[in-house]
Amino acid sequence: MKRPQSYTIEHTKRIWAYTFLVVPVLFYLTIRFYPTFYAFFLSLTDWDIVSRDKNFIGLTNYRNLFQDPIFWKTLSNTGFYVLYGLPISLLSGFILAYNIDRLKKGEGVFKALYFLPYITSMVAIAWVWRWLYQPAPIGVFNKILISIGLPQQKFLFSQTQALPSILAPTIWADVGFQLIIFLAGLKGISRQYYEAAEIDGADNWDQLRYITLPLLKPTIVFLIITGTIRYLRIFTQVLNMSYQGEGGPLNSTKPLVLYIYHSAFQQFDMGYAAAMTVILFLIILMITLIQLKVMKSED
Amino acid sequence: MKRNAIVLMVSLSLILFSQVLFAAGQADQAQKGDAGEVTEIVYWQYFYETKSKLMDKLIEMFEAEHPDIRVVQQTFPYEQYNTKVASSVPSGTGPNVINLYYGWLPTYIDSGYLQPLPTSQFPNEKIEQEFFPLVRAAKFDGSYYALPTAVRSLALFWNKDLFKEAGLDPERPPRTVEELVDFAEMLTITDKNGNYLQTGLTLELRAQMHHWVREVLIRQMGGTPYSDDNRSVTYDSQAGYDAFTFFTDLHLKNKVGMPNFMTDDVTAFKSGAMAMTIDGSFRLGTLDGVQGLNYGVTELPSMNGISSSFASFWANGITSFTTGKELEASLKFLEFLTSDEVMSMWLDAIGELPAKQALALTDEFRNNPKYGPFIRSLEYAHATKFIDESVQRKVWIDAYDQVVLNNASIRDAVNEAAATEQKMLDSYYNSK
Repeated sequence: MKRPQSYTIEHTKRIWAYTFLVVPVLFYLTIRFYPTFYAFFLSLTDWDIVSRDKNFIGLTNYRNLFQDPIFWKTLSNTGFYVLYGLPISLLSGFILAYNIDRLKKGEGVFKALYFLPYITSMVAIAWVWRWLYQPAPIGVFNKILISIGLPQQKFLFSQTQALPSILAPTIWADVGFQLIIFLAGLKGISRQYYEAAEIDGADNWDQLRYITLPLLKPTIVFLIITGTIRYLRIFTQVLNMSYQGEGGPLNSTKPLVLYIYHSAFQQFDMGYAAAMTVILFLIILMITLIQLKVMKSED
Repeated sequence: MKRNAIVLMVSLSLILFSQVLFAAGQADQAQKGDAGEVTEIVYWQYFYETKSKLMDKLIEMFEAEHPDIRVVQQTFPYEQYNTKVASSVPSGTGPNVINLYYGWLPTYIDSGYLQPLPTSQFPNEKIEQEFFPLVRAAKFDGSYYALPTAVRSLALFWNKDLFKEAGLDPERPPRTVEELVDFAEMLTITDKNGNYLQTGLTLELRAQMHHWVREVLIRQMGGTPYSDDNRSVTYDSQAGYDAFTFFTDLHLKNKVGMPNFMTDDVTAFKSGAMAMTIDGSFRLGTLDGVQGLNYGVTELPSMNGISSSFASFWANGITSFTTGKELEASLKFLEFLTSDEVMSMWLDAIGELPAKQALALTDEFRNNPKYGPFIRSLEYAHATKFIDESVQRKVWIDAYDQVVLNNASIRDAVNEAAATEQKMLDSYYNSK
């Protein structure tokens, strides 16, 4: 019997591949995409989770949102997390990777050391740091300050210090990830470029500027985009480090996602929360598009 | 051909997938149906170790009495409990009998989640005659929707060993608020830079102190927190300002404590780093388990001759989708949970007070060194008619931060709290 021409092994393989892919596709359609689109609809209703009716109220949620000082505060807090968290973690990740890459020995030890925080549960990190920040007699940081004769700091209980205090462990955990990806990027650059450059008399700085950084561009783009999204969605740290997950004191550490969570699951104001998720979605979309465009146009 | 094959595969897997779901549903159904003789009901409460252990014991007792009923207890962490309950509403699933904080009842009754208790088994007159008046907070439009096993009130806990160390009589707690402040000052220890090593009194608004400000201090200063119909905030008054000045001064002037000391007041009091705390009767169970903690309990100190306390309760209701045999079983279970026998066991195991007056107000309980102060204070305690407790608590936390961190004036901070709370109350009552 002659096999029909279109039924080659190649095709059978492909069909099997699609069959296996159907499961995640179904999963994503029902668990991810359907709720995402549903959120757009919910943002136009006054649904409060426990009532049966979802009344259509047009753009009221958005109007209220723009008049809500807490919304603007959480938006600016989120901006703070991104604008400080991302560059600092990116830069320290790169500096560490650059130096580790030049090591002859002990590379594995350093990699493991810096990567450990990243694989640690964020909840665990948040709680440990929360205790470190406590006032004396519990908090280690304040005990050190007192022992060297400096005044205690309020850290998490201060409106100005709380946000950087939450950002610090976030960056600390994030650096490990940036470092590993940077290191992979650095290893991918052929030694021949550097050898050629050395022959041409280029010093370390020239090599970094004209060889390493340009060739790392795909890595940097990837890290900036994923990092921006990660910092925009900051949540776990704040929930666990601020008292009762309030994002306090006085909303000074509350990021947008935490406000969404509070509106949805504490005030049960699903419509309002959905409106915020739509805004967050648009922000992430916009930033990602701009970043992709900027990076592409430079090519 | 190729495309057809793909379509075929996709639809095949779709069918397979739905088969699995269908089968799972069938199995679920079968389990329920086949049980036949035995009716299974589900009970929800939040996880509190002593409560969930006692409930296991109670369920055993109940099942022995009613062999045709099986009760399944499910617990959830306190922080997620309300969310968990709320998210079960739109799906129309959940427990048959549910334990809810009285402050949440308006939300769940409005949404049709709870059904009114049938007056044949739970007549209003009988409830009102037997239970403490504060249980009326569970009555809406003439029907009771939930009943408590126990009620709680606030009292002052003091550490006798720390009193002795400070040169105070360990058996003589403060009786007035003036004494409270004097004692607290003597019981506070700071290092040379003014850092607290031991605090005199809790200032934890996030725990119970917002109740103290709202229902105790404001009343003692001659005001009321709300109008009689509970629809308007009335603490943006001189009494409110005085009460909050007094409260913030505990940290700013008297320097007897601060919020978050040792992370929270329960930890601080347990570890002997805080001399006095204000907490609920439910804390007795926790504190009795702490070795080496020698403490006493007394009624909240009075001021200007006024005594007040805050009372609250968790109540058991029946969900509206419970019908037929399950409803019968649920009503029997609720009757059991509100029986004298269970209430007495609850007091012993948890420290929460019997919800029935006749049971609680016996001389034996009134004079009990631990429960006594709570039971005596039930006679003058107020149960706030909460609409959204988390918002109503947070306005006081924010007001405190405004004063202490931002140097805002008391008047501005209290007015802002009142305005925020009023807005929330308005949006609730106006939607009625």
